[in-house]
Amino acid sequence: VDADLKVALVGNPNTGKSTLFNVLTGLNQKIGNFPGVTVDKKTGFCDLPDGRRAEIIDLPGTYSLYPKSRDESIVFSVLADKANPLRPDLVVVILDASNLKRNLLLYTQVADLKLPVIVALNMMDLAKKSGITIDVNAFAQKLGVPVVPISARKIEGIDQLKSAISYANKIALQEDTIDVESLAPQLITQISREIEVENPYYALQLAHQHETLKFLSPVQSNRIEELEQEFSFHSQKAQATETIARYSFINDLLYDTVKKNETAQEENISNKIDKILTHRVFGFVIFFAILLFIFQSIFAWSAYPMELIADFFVWAQTSLHAVLPAGPLVSLVVDGVLGGLSGVMVFIPQIAILFGFISILEDTGYMSRVTFMMDRLMRKVGLNGKSVVPLIGGFACAVPSIMSTRTIENWKDRMITIMVTPLVTCSARLPIYTLLIALVVPNRNIWWIFNLQGLVLTCMYLFSLVSAVTVAFVMKFLLKSRERGYFIMELPVYRMPRWKNVGQDMYNRAKAFVLQAGKVIVAVSVILWVLASYGPGNRFERIEQKYKQPQYTQHMNADDLRHAVASEKLENSYAGVLGHTIEPVIRPLGFDWKIGIALITSFAAREVFVGTMATIYSVEGDAEKMESVQQKMHTAKRPDGQPVFTVAVAFSLMMFYAFAMQCASTMAVVYRETKSWRWPVSQFVYMTGLAYIVSFATYHLLR
Amino acid sequence: LFSLSIKNMRLSQLEVGETGIVKEFTDLEMSVKLMEMGCLPGEQITVSRIAPLGDPIAIHVSGYQLSLRRKEASTIILQ
Repeated sequence: VDADLKVALVGNPNTGKSTLFNVLTGLNQKIGNFPGVTVDKKTGFCDLPDGRRAEIIDLPGTYSLYPKSRDESIVFSVLADKANPLRPDLVVVILDASNLKRNLLLYTQVADLKLPVIVALNMMDLAKKSGITIDVNAFAQKLGVPVVPISARKIEGIDQLKSAISYANKIALQEDTIDVESLAPQLITQISREIEVENPYYALQLAHQHETLKFLSPVQSNRIEELEQEFSFHSQKAQATETIARYSFINDLLYDTVKKNETAQEENISNKIDKILTHRVFGFVIFFAILLFIFQSIFAWSAYPMELIADFFVWAQTSLHAVLPAGPLVSLVVDGVLGGLSGVMVFIPQIAILFGFISILEDTGYMSRVTFMMDRLMRKVGLNGKSVVPLIGGFACAVPSIMSTRTIENWKDRMITIMVTPLVTCSARLPIYTLLIALVVPNRNIWWIFNLQGLVLTCMYLFSLVSAVTVAFVMKFLLKSRERGYFIMELPVYRMPRWKNVGQDMYNRAKAFVLQAGKVIVAVSVILWVLASYGPGNRFERIEQKYKQPQYTQHMNADDLRHAVASEKLENSYAGVLGHTIEPVIRPLGFDWKIGIALITSFAAREVFVGTMATIYSVEGDAEKMESVQQKMHTAKRPDGQPVFTVAVAFSLMMFYAFAMQCASTMAVVYRETKSWRWPVSQFVYMTGLAYIVSFATYHLLR
Repeated sequence: LFSLSIKNMRLSQLEVGETGIVKEFTDLEMSVKLMEMGCLPGEQITVSRIAPLGDPIAIHVSGYQLSLRRKEASTIILQ
């Protein structure tokens, strides 16, 4: 808003673009969405040496302006569309100096759009190590743009880049790279005239991409289609000719400015690592060992901070009850909102740790090796090597994982991945599992090192993968597709993870989770509290009057009496009535009406379960005696005196949560990604149906 | 540039460590994507490894490592 200059960062994936963005903007950044699409838009501010302020926008990494995914199509829209409010005054193209040839393709395309351009030559240190010498001056001269050698990781050359940004020309001075007009002379002239674009390469791109560009009107798009017919324009052939011409320009450029010493050392190290990590046998062993390590760490490292957070909330609730006068508003805030919030906050450590690991796996380049190793296996079950990333990400949260399926170019593979990803045990299920396992599984070690509770939890995780794969296999036969899939993917050189990025990722993800889930949970807690505290008609008054009769007041002590009143009120509240209404449906699964209330609220978000349990049992229980939810559930009894949470009930409940589609955010994101209600609805139906069947079977097997 | 030939070696037929030079492609759609990623006619390609389950393969081309499926590699004809 108050920026003097808009600067866009453009580059291939794995060129250190995000690192440079972080270095330039520091903590001064914002993650939002591009208007109309759900692509992460990262913007931030950077103070320039001349006192001006630049707004930096990090565009999605791409190999070319011809998009292969929706993320990539953003790049052209932002750069070309004059009406786009994000259109930059200056483009900084980041090139990986150790891999110049392929990186330069995108540069030549961007340069031909004739926006002012600066080149940041990143990873100069790596290039030097692998024996590449670049004559930067000659390089800059040939391109006709400022070229700044930098190392974003080591924070070298950043000041020079900042001054280059502040002294950059307002008009494009770069040399032409190829003769664009010769690719489709009449068509380009005609489009330029009719759609009113000055730049020939922009006109050519419109011809290629008009069907998917949102900023063209249907009339314009149809007119372009007509012109293409008239001049018999063949998009793929034209693109092939263009790419060959661009590489020929690049080869000439590199021949004059870059010398390569053939002994590439860095390359060899990466090669050696690959020999082990993608080994026939060790490759898989290491992969599963890494997964096991991640899960073990999530539990081991998060136990202590989680306990602290839980204790803090119990303390806060107890002391607030002690200080504040008893009343409906205090009860709403303390029991409803705080109780619900503690349910979410408790999982911050686990989410942060999980996202930290995923960020490390991606940052080092290992994730693409996993994709490489698993592709064949995944294809057999109707998925794609690239489905591994969303599936593993699904352990954290299905929402970003479903968004990450955009890298899967094939429609059918992508849909199946979207459909099965929510089956993977996400972090919202974790507190439910932890709670229920702690209730019914003894906390002891077997075979010395394995904790029985941890083992059951690991089984739940493995089970979720098995069910996801099985469902995918079935869907492979149900979905029809004409489109062909391909799998052309860069295997980046192994790098050390950038710890700052990992930390920033953990922070951002945890924050987004708390904000997003927190809103839902507070809302659900408030609604639930109201539903549980009020009842239809005059039922509550009648209960109070009933217990004022001498037959109760004379035979029961004050505590028991209060408990009886609260209990009967809950049963007659709106929530209780709701729970009782669905009880006949869920009784075959072993659930009572209180669990029924938790099931209903969980359809907003699974993590609400623990909070709901806390709210229900605290409405009923004694406000002064704050116990943990676990203790309350442990002592909960059926009317016949039997404990509510038996092994059969607990496992049946876990199975229900393993399968049921109980996440409004996931359904919303599936709708956004597929642009049709058909997908989220069928997902809801199949998952919840499966949940019912599996829970039923589990309950009756274990009973 | 895009013709089907039987005599010539395909990229998918190379073993690990073997090198070839791209001559042409059998599939226009695939060729556009491969060329963007630096697999152009005249470019040298070395097979650097094969995935544990036999597919996909990893090749060294234009100064970096690229992975592609065997079926995709079979659209690349070598000199």
